[in-house]
Amino acid sequence: MFANLANLVRYRGLIQSLVARDLKARYRGSVLGFFWSFVNPLLLLLVYSFVFSTVMPNTTVGLQPYALFMFCGILPWTWFSASLSEATTSLISGGNLIKKVLFPAEILPIVSVLANMVNFFLGLLILVPSLIYYHHLHLSFNLLWFPVTVLVQLVFTVALGLILSALTVHFRDIRDLLFNILTLWFFATPIIYSWQQDNVRKYKQLFDLNPFTHLAITYQEVFFFGPVGHWKWLLALGAASVALFLAGYWLFDRLRDSFAEAV
Amino acid sequence: MTPAIELLNVSKIYRRYGGRQFATLKSALLQRSILRTLRPSETFSALTDVSFTVPKGSTYGVVGPNGSGKSTALKLVAGITKPTTGTVRVQGRISALIELGAGFHPEISGRENVFINGIMLGLTKRQIHERFDEIVEFAELTEFIDAPVKTYSSGMYMRLGFAVAIHVDPDVLLVDEVLAVGDEAFTHKCLDKFSEFRRRGKTILLVTHSLSLVERFCDEALWLDAGVARSHGDPTRVVSEYLMSVEASEEHLMETTTAKAVAAADEHVQQAPSEPDASRPPENMFQAVEGRWGAREVEIVDVTLLDREGKPGFIFHSGEPMSIQLKVRAAQPNDDVVFGIGIFSAEGVCCYGTNTFLEEMNPARLVGEADATFAIEGLDLVEGTYKLDVAVHRRDGAPYDYHRLLYTFRVKSRTHDVGIYRPRHHWTFSPNLQFPAARDDD
Repeated sequence: MFANLANLVRYRGLIQSLVARDLKARYRGSVLGFFWSFVNPLLLLLVYSFVFSTVMPNTTVGLQPYALFMFCGILPWTWFSASLSEATTSLISGGNLIKKVLFPAEILPIVSVLANMVNFFLGLLILVPSLIYYHHLHLSFNLLWFPVTVLVQLVFTVALGLILSALTVHFRDIRDLLFNILTLWFFATPIIYSWQQDNVRKYKQLFDLNPFTHLAITYQEVFFFGPVGHWKWLLALGAASVALFLAGYWLFDRLRDSFAEAV
Repeated sequence: MTPAIELLNVSKIYRRYGGRQFATLKSALLQRSILRTLRPSETFSALTDVSFTVPKGSTYGVVGPNGSGKSTALKLVAGITKPTTGTVRVQGRISALIELGAGFHPEISGRENVFINGIMLGLTKRQIHERFDEIVEFAELTEFIDAPVKTYSSGMYMRLGFAVAIHVDPDVLLVDEVLAVGDEAFTHKCLDKFSEFRRRGKTILLVTHSLSLVERFCDEALWLDAGVARSHGDPTRVVSEYLMSVEASEEHLMETTTAKAVAAADEHVQQAPSEPDASRPPENMFQAVEGRWGAREVEIVDVTLLDREGKPGFIFHSGEPMSIQLKVRAAQPNDDVVFGIGIFSAEGVCCYGTNTFLEEMNPARLVGEADATFAIEGLDLVEGTYKLDVAVHRRDGAPYDYHRLLYTFRVKSRTHDVGIYRPRHHWTFSPNLQFPAARDDD
């Protein structure tokens, strides 16, 4: 297992070019091309702004502009959920590679996660200027928590991606199951509402069990609220994610030989 | 010499996918064991206890019918799947021409795909840069290299895949029946490339249905049949053993075809004995429909095809003797009997037809059972499947028993000449036209 894990480093060139290929292929043939990576989050932000300032205005003090507050959580969530959906089916759609070429299968889910991470970064190019415009984001050491949060989310997502992709080869149900779980998970995470609301705080222990709560809160603290007070939870999640990654990689490695036959 | 590829007692068992095997997560969770449901209940053995070694620098051919485990063996060597039992050892860098262009992304250009495919096969970006022009030139795609791969024809796609894989510069090259991808010219180019590999001391493992390629090209060969190694060693010997087995199974096929046709014709007669056309020939005798008719005052009870040694069979070699033996039985003594024979090609073209009346032989008397043998001194037909008409009838043509196209036999030949009839012939040349050593041809 650890030899395989070490091989991952050797494959970084391959991972790099596959991520680039995914991103290139995604917008090939469309008029705006790569611009969609900016336009999509921009349009989303405009829609939310319209809905939450005009259609059903939310005027909670401290969460203004509300659309921007939501956006701080939605962007990382989009990265997370899109990564998992793609990673889950990555082995099946990449079946040709696994069956016909000697190919390190774990690269496929990892590429799904990384390609979506790039999109996440591109979305930040919309988010960050908006935050600066509304005087939410200040240059400070606080921002150093951002790469840490991204890293924790990366490890966590890759770990889940490995597990789900390996299991989906044998249990195709997971694909449909995941779609519904992600919807539920989204609403169970303080993204479109704040964890500081009283009716949320009542269930704090339950929310603490949700790993993405801690990621969402840290992103909101980094971008929106100021000082990061949630870092202990974040680091704990980071440690748990590394453990989950090792467990996931172990499972993936055990099932590896069955992929070429079952895909 | 050190072996480049070594398989020791390798078996590979695949699980079969039945309806029940398609486990769902629910059933796995209900049984509280995910790994247990992954264990196969019904299995299929693709390879059974196969061992062979390929010395470094040699070319090794694997032949066998479809489903004999050739591709599985190749995948094991490539490391794509693992053997169920036994060990596979390979030394050096492998490049597998198993599925060409696997991993090409249709939306992006040929150029970008070359890079990604090359990296997948283990090259670095710099190495691909160095070889890029050579790859594109080999694939004959200079004009189209910047077009998206989805616009390529299947031939272009395969050529590009082949070009990338062959330029990986492996120590061990695995080839799975990929020479069929290009046109004649490209196939020659590929063969030249293989020859170059051999000269440079690389090892090639070749899976193919082209037996002549194995004979011409390989140092050693292996014949797999239903996952079992039937024979290995000298390619010419292995190929001829394989061909003999193919012939035997073809013979069996001819036998069943013939038996079926005879049985079907009989059944037709029995089912409708009162129907007028059951005992009468069809309107148009040139229509190639199988059947049997006649009142059977004289009945053909058995038809046997005999080879040069007098052994019954269904496969004959072009130019060799063959006999058609008719066993007939007359209900009453009869003096108005004509025996007829017709040979038809598979398309229903009459190759030859004759009868004893045309050849001015008139039997004076037939009592009880008798044999009539039509002996052909040399079966001068080109390779193919042929069908036979046999009949006994009156001098005026009214049939006693007519068997139409019920008997099938096959003519084999090592010469791939065309047509139906092969006249006995030889070529002569004036002395200033010289040939290298005569081709080994029967």
